[in-house]
Amino acid sequence: MIKKEMIAMLLAGGQGSRLGVLTSKVAKPAVSFGGKYRIIDFPLSNCINSGIDTVGVLTQYQPLRLNTHIGIGIPWDLDRNIGGVTVLPPYEKSGGSEWYSGTANAIYQNLAYMESYNPEYVLILSGDHIYKMDYEVMLDFHKANNADVTIAVMPVPIEEASRFGVVIADENKKITEFEEKPEKPRSNLASMGIYIFSWKVLRDALIAMKDQSGLDFGKHVIPYCHENGKPIYAYEFNGYWKDVGTLSSYWEANMELIDLVPEFNLYEEYWKIYTKSEILPPQYISSDSKIEKSIIGEGSEIYGVVYNSIIGCGVVIGKGTVVRDSIIMNYSTIGEDCQINKAIIAENVNIANNVVTGEGEEVPNEKAAHIYTDGLVTIGEKSEIPANVKIGKNTVIFGSTEIGDYPDSYLMSGKALIKAGE
Amino acid sequence: MRAIGIILAGGNNHRMKELAQKRAVGAMPIAGSYRSIDFALSNMSNSHIQKVGVFTQYNARSLNEHLSSSKWWDFGRKQGGLFVFTPAVTAEGSFWYRGTADALYQNLSFLKNSHEPYVVIASADCVYKMDFNAVLEYHIAKKADITVVCKEMPQGVSVERFGTVKMNEDSRIEEFEEKPIMAKSNTISCGIYVIRRRQLIEMVERCAEEGRYDFVNDILIRYKNVKRIYGYKIKDYWRNIATVQDYYDTNMDFLKPEIRDYFFKQYPDVYSKVDDLPPAKYNIGAEVKNSLVSSGCIVNGKVENSVIFKESFIGNNCTIKNSIILNDVYIGDNTYIENCIVESRDTIPANSYHKGENGIEIVIERNARYVL
Repeated sequence: MIKKEMIAMLLAGGQGSRLGVLTSKVAKPAVSFGGKYRIIDFPLSNCINSGIDTVGVLTQYQPLRLNTHIGIGIPWDLDRNIGGVTVLPPYEKSGGSEWYSGTANAIYQNLAYMESYNPEYVLILSGDHIYKMDYEVMLDFHKANNADVTIAVMPVPIEEASRFGVVIADENKKITEFEEKPEKPRSNLASMGIYIFSWKVLRDALIAMKDQSGLDFGKHVIPYCHENGKPIYAYEFNGYWKDVGTLSSYWEANMELIDLVPEFNLYEEYWKIYTKSEILPPQYISSDSKIEKSIIGEGSEIYGVVYNSIIGCGVVIGKGTVVRDSIIMNYSTIGEDCQINKAIIAENVNIANNVVTGEGEEVPNEKAAHIYTDGLVTIGEKSEIPANVKIGKNTVIFGSTEIGDYPDSYLMSGKALIKAGE
Repeated sequence: MRAIGIILAGGNNHRMKELAQKRAVGAMPIAGSYRSIDFALSNMSNSHIQKVGVFTQYNARSLNEHLSSSKWWDFGRKQGGLFVFTPAVTAEGSFWYRGTADALYQNLSFLKNSHEPYVVIASADCVYKMDFNAVLEYHIAKKADITVVCKEMPQGVSVERFGTVKMNEDSRIEEFEEKPIMAKSNTISCGIYVIRRRQLIEMVERCAEEGRYDFVNDILIRYKNVKRIYGYKIKDYWRNIATVQDYYDTNMDFLKPEIRDYFFKQYPDVYSKVDDLPPAKYNIGAEVKNSLVSSGCIVNGKVENSVIFKESFIGNNCTIKNSIILNDVYIGDNTYIENCIVESRDTIPANSYHKGENGIEIVIERNARYVL
């Protein structure tokens, strides 16, 4: 009989709506990060580096790019005879079908998958954080405490704790209370959304709670286990962990990679991050270019100036163009004599010559002031931007735009120019 | 598919000087992220040849490592695949490959057990793109016994290290000289041949009976008046890398936009083994001009007109000029390197000075990474 000690269930179905147009065509875990990676590469690499070779990836929202990225799991060594990676989309059932209505509901609908591996423990992960973590150490902690549930937590500054779900633990790290986004937090230990369940406890809880609508781990399953007296422990993690759920945190986490010796170092031999690498030539840097404090992917051609930026694979940056504090994803092309300041440019974008971004004063975005913040210019995938236009701050552009879309060749700060379906 | 592929990657080459000590010529790194055998392998894959045998002998560790998986060139198939043949002790004998024809003879079962009617033979030390189907069509149209792919070299280029051919107006090869002291023709053999499989088996068997071992001398030259041997002229880029100067020049060719465009952008692609490396990183002080930089590199200094292979580290205040830095080289601060080829996995101590005064200098240093 097949037996796996611990299998991982990776929740990758969410839209991540706070990433705005970046996730209008792809699920958040498939969004590019750090030049050549995608966000899901981090939990998948953590799994294989921790010795977990069986991973179910739950997909729902816009799964195409995620599916092609994962394939049969070759880049992460997850192409296995027994186990490996399995993509688990919602499916039709004889008694009526439903989408995944919540994190725990998604896991509940895949009980059969988990049962087939006969595990002792199930690791629940989400596909939207950047971190390196040895789940085996967390499992050892779980076993040493005879826990039924272990929650990975992270100390955060107490003034920020009110943004998180916090846990209150005794001196043995046994959790006594939970608070979801408390106004006056009594603890600074924030839940990271990473759980280890003893399999029987998880199965019983999911079956008992199955009729709860929008069944969620944080809101329903963990409190249910707690009420039923199951021992729940907090595993404190002190490494680098970054939520990239908002455009500004996504931008910041990318920029942190550029530091001379970054806290999150991709260049270490130990704990490598794997991704699906295409076979690409090296990058070409021309005689007219200047690059400092930047990360640049394979196959890119740089004829301009790049400062403090993250450039993906196959990007072309034209002569006379200056790119500062920006993220440019795979296969985008920037024309000549452009000024690109503090922009997030998604994949396959075409920007013509002499375009200026980040011009003018900061004005809250007219469409979604809470998403397009910090003066960022966000350009969705496959967008086209005509020559000789200026683009203000806190703006968003998505779709094929023409010169007529820019009154006086200027998209004012805070404007949204959306011409592609969301 | 109508043909199987054979890549002859066994040879050593003293003209590569120290560079060949570490690896077979077929495993020489090219253009930042390729190995020279990738070009022959990709051409075969792109010509829909599904079954390829690679013959290796000289120092094949690096090459075998590169060929550890056939999936990069799409040869990981149930039908066909990539086969690597190294000399082995067998019931019949325990010889090294005494020549190219001997290598084929010692593995004759590979030829005999295939069913494809033709064989494409290529060497592993050339950089080119080629559709072998076109050569095969030509071979069939000419009713040739053997077709040799040839290249007309520009006047004034020394061709004495190649095989030179003279063709008649029908492109039939009338004269073939191997490494002539005084070449009579500027047309050289590229080491790429198309031949019917049964014909090849017959010729190789007869060679073995007569105690002859070399494909060029004992088959091509010996049979040129008996068999119909034709030349097929390649018009596009083709370059052999088997001398230090040619190796250097071939790499530098990739700094030209038209060469990059031809190999990297035009269909079909060249495939290579993919390493799990992060993107290249440029820190403060980096100043890179007209250069190729591969993934995994960290650049802190000046780089000009150079090709930097994977995972190299270039320290603060360094100057790298007109040079080739092979894989995984560590260059300490304040180092000056000009007109050099720096061997892979070198550790260049800080404040070093290397300049190739008369031609290209090959820099070989100990790998002292972990005592720095």
